[in-house]
Amino acid sequence: MGRTLAEKVWDDHVVRRAEGEPDLLFIDLHLLHEVTSPQAFDGLRQNGRQVRRLDLTLATEDHNTPTLDIDKPIADPVSRAQLETLRKNCAEFGVRLHPLGDVEQGVVHVVGPQLGLTQPGMTVVCGDSHTSTHGAFGGLAFGIGTSQVEHVLATQTLPMARPKTMAITVDGELPADVTAKDLILAVIAKIGTGGGQGYVLEYRGSAIEKLSMEGRMTICNMSIEAGARAGMIAPDETTFAYLKGRPHAPEGEDWDAAVAYWKTLRTDEDAVFDAEVVIEAAELAPFVTWGTNPGQGAPLSANVPDPASYEDPSERLAAEKALEYMGLTAGQPLRDIKVDTVFVGSCTNGRIEDLRNAASLLEGRKVADGVRMLVVPGSVRVALQAVEEGLDKVFKEAGAEWRHAGCSMCLGMNPDQLAPGERSASTSNRNFEGRQGKGGRTHLVSPQVAAATAVLGHLASPADLSDAVTTAGV
Amino acid sequence: MEAFTTHTGRAVPLRRSNVDTDQIIPAHWLKKVTRDGFEDGLFEAWRKDSEFVLNRPERQGATVLVAGPDFGTGSSREHAVWALQNYGFKTVISSRFADIFRGNSLKNGLLTVVLPQETVDALWELTEADPTAEVTVDLEARKVLAAGIDADFELDENARWRLLNGLDDISLTLQNEADIAAYETARPSFKPRTITA
Repeated sequence: MGRTLAEKVWDDHVVRRAEGEPDLLFIDLHLLHEVTSPQAFDGLRQNGRQVRRLDLTLATEDHNTPTLDIDKPIADPVSRAQLETLRKNCAEFGVRLHPLGDVEQGVVHVVGPQLGLTQPGMTVVCGDSHTSTHGAFGGLAFGIGTSQVEHVLATQTLPMARPKTMAITVDGELPADVTAKDLILAVIAKIGTGGGQGYVLEYRGSAIEKLSMEGRMTICNMSIEAGARAGMIAPDETTFAYLKGRPHAPEGEDWDAAVAYWKTLRTDEDAVFDAEVVIEAAELAPFVTWGTNPGQGAPLSANVPDPASYEDPSERLAAEKALEYMGLTAGQPLRDIKVDTVFVGSCTNGRIEDLRNAASLLEGRKVADGVRMLVVPGSVRVALQAVEEGLDKVFKEAGAEWRHAGCSMCLGMNPDQLAPGERSASTSNRNFEGRQGKGGRTHLVSPQVAAATAVLGHLASPADLSDAVTTAGV
Repeated sequence: MEAFTTHTGRAVPLRRSNVDTDQIIPAHWLKKVTRDGFEDGLFEAWRKDSEFVLNRPERQGATVLVAGPDFGTGSSREHAVWALQNYGFKTVISSRFADIFRGNSLKNGLLTVVLPQETVDALWELTEADPTAEVTVDLEARKVLAAGIDADFELDENARWRLLNGLDDISLTLQNEADIAAYETARPSFKPRTITA
């Protein structure tokens, strides 16, 4: 019987397989950041261990970094101490680090791919659940805890139980203004936040094949919000074209050998998935979340659901609590929800294509009165590219704040936070209670919906902008 | 890692589903660089409400958390496990755990027990009606026992063996160092390196 893509990548990384034990997997790339690594380095020190493969390890600073005044000392002493701890650990153990101020600094899941370090068929891990992003290149990439970070540092391997596989097939054409973000939010709403538990998701079908690498990364990024540790997409010409010429992409004969291998990384026709989900691209629409988990979402044209409509008692209770926290009423049109803040950025939607999409809608328009819009590029490289294209000017002229690269308001570990009761439309990945600041209320959206929402002041799609053309720019 | 064989204690019934790791330990606590001192951050936002179950006087000293489905969703932060342990929890029972949280818990000796929702419901009813009711989680027998409840649970044999003996994963892996070295020798040369030697 044939094998799925996930099974092929898995099999190629088994260092040791023994009856009654989890497989021991080799890790091709280990990414580090300041938040989940300090205790792991402490563990190495306590046991007199070294980093086994410095040449497969890379660190960047992202979660805590400020997006303003980056040339000044970091105001929050605890954040500063954590960044200094990473710098000290990387210096002591010899790990390559891109600190704040470096041209390669940025959100860890933006940095790996743009350097060409994330390639098809690789195993990639990081102490961050959105490591699933890297699966967009056809590798097996998953988030790990700090004990596992220490394990990979010490051994370059992880004992792992083999996951099941789930195909998410999306065929057809995505309608206008429907993006990869809308697609993945719809997938999560369909299968639920636990639907992918124990599975590796493989996104496939003609609608997936047509997506850019940025779009594919957005989709794989949010696999974890469906409960799946990893999501992946088979590599193809789009993948190869993205990688060619990047700093760490193979060259010459190595490139040819790599591409020959990468082309084998497809699910065999006779392979069998443990579960399958089919979605028609044409039926999708701009999608937003109304609740406090990423599965609580609906098309923008819908109304806030009535908790009483849920048969499952725990889902009903969750919806009741979500509406209470979010300050919403059942039956209220989603389009009527006014926002205070719009955030464009994060490892989900902080890449150049995302900024282009948001900027294209803001050009010649203004952010609505009383709305704060933050644009935070995913990396310094993304920021530089945006400046080269003049996108920063578009954002600033529209009244948005153009910030320095980092995780920023996705999780508010730096000063970029929502105030209690404040409501955001955010291109990030989690709408959990308090995620963007204590008492903050988050609606997850695409960059396009974020931009339209910023202009109109309420949750809106790009189509709403043309309807409102007479008032635009006023 | 601390070994886990069997534990008996009073319970905290937490009737919530999708308890994500941002609720278990909010992000601003993650700036700490130690594995301890997270107890005050556990469920920080909810604990501001004096009626929250963890704040009730009859729940003080409880060591068994009985939670709704999809406990531990979201971030990979191991701090969520440390916060539960720092607070005093020895075991968490739910009908479904998020994968990364589950892995993290078992690597730290916090036993996460999966039981059918009907059994979780029964545990909620029992411990809500009688806060002094004790719950026993016996890893050797793979059983959860309480008044009127005798439930078997599953845990793969390897994870169980490591927990019962409090074994350190890294030491176990390093026993197979020769296998790792052999694998490394055979890796293709086109695989990327972050630094060149």
